[in-house]
Amino acid sequence: MSEQATPSRVPVVEKLLTANEQVAADNRDYFAARHVMVINIMASPGAGKTTLLLATIDALPDRRIGVIEGDVASQVDAEKIAETGTPVVQINTGGACHLDAPMIRRALPALPLDDLEMVFVENVGNLICPVSFDLGQSYNVGLLSLPEGDDKPYKYPAIFEAVDLVVVTKSDLLPYLDFDLEAFTELVHGLNPDAPVLCLSAKTGEGMHDWLHWLEECLA
Amino acid sequence: MHELSITEDILRIVSTHAQKAGAQHVTCINLVIGELTSFIDDSIQFYFEMLAPGTPAEGAILHFRRIKTRFRCRQCGQEFEPEGRNWVCPECGALGGDVIAGKEFYVESIEVT
Repeated sequence: MSEQATPSRVPVVEKLLTANEQVAADNRDYFAARHVMVINIMASPGAGKTTLLLATIDALPDRRIGVIEGDVASQVDAEKIAETGTPVVQINTGGACHLDAPMIRRALPALPLDDLEMVFVENVGNLICPVSFDLGQSYNVGLLSLPEGDDKPYKYPAIFEAVDLVVVTKSDLLPYLDFDLEAFTELVHGLNPDAPVLCLSAKTGEGMHDWLHWLEECLA
Repeated sequence: MHELSITEDILRIVSTHAQKAGAQHVTCINLVIGELTSFIDDSIQFYFEMLAPGTPAEGAILHFRRIKTRFRCRQCGQEFEPEGRNWVCPECGALGGDVIAGKEFYVESIEVT
């Protein structure tokens, strides 16, 4: 039998995901050098991310906006955005459940960043994984649509803790659902007292003013 | 499926530290993972078994130390673990708190020969 050395313990204490964080920091510098504000939008599939973006583009004709669309597959969302004449690049993650900083870096040459003021990143529809991957964004926005229920912060606390703003979408459905907006807001603030909670309907326009105002404040 | 890139990251860190320690083999890798992160032990284990052969970490045991989420009450400073739908401070009854644990995600140590 070969010599049996006693294992010795080597302390490491090294964070994982640092490779992503380094690229995210590079992306952040790149955006800052071009004075571009980047909003990372995270939500479940079907929460209304693309609908809110389309309504936002429509409401801000004087703002120079670009969009990065993240989906597992297809160009569906990018085509909708492109129809408005807005510069857009589609990232297909090929199965991955989130965008990461290197994917954003690879997509950047496709956008005329020098001519843009803000870029919306529509992350892959998922309340869990995108939270762990910094992209180099200026702000994180979490969307939750009314049909998803007011108990989501209990189930997915990480996203509600990580965002700078929570937008409750599809407010036109409020009369038909048992969503307790007050309880939801209280719960979000229990975890993240600094994140405003807005409620809007991109379809009817109700509450859009508060969202647009928040964006303008961030740009100022 | 993001555990694939995580596992590559683990192997990179482990190999660097094993080499620095002048070790031939890594027998155990101690990982610390907070409950609020989205990383799954089984999935990291699966990719590890795929990627480790041929590296100094081949055959190493992965040890996962999971850290429960902890809040510090903003009203009274009490620290507590939220459980399911109970985010209420046991001391003063305030809802929620600052997250003081649960976001950890690192390689704590390795055992080498």
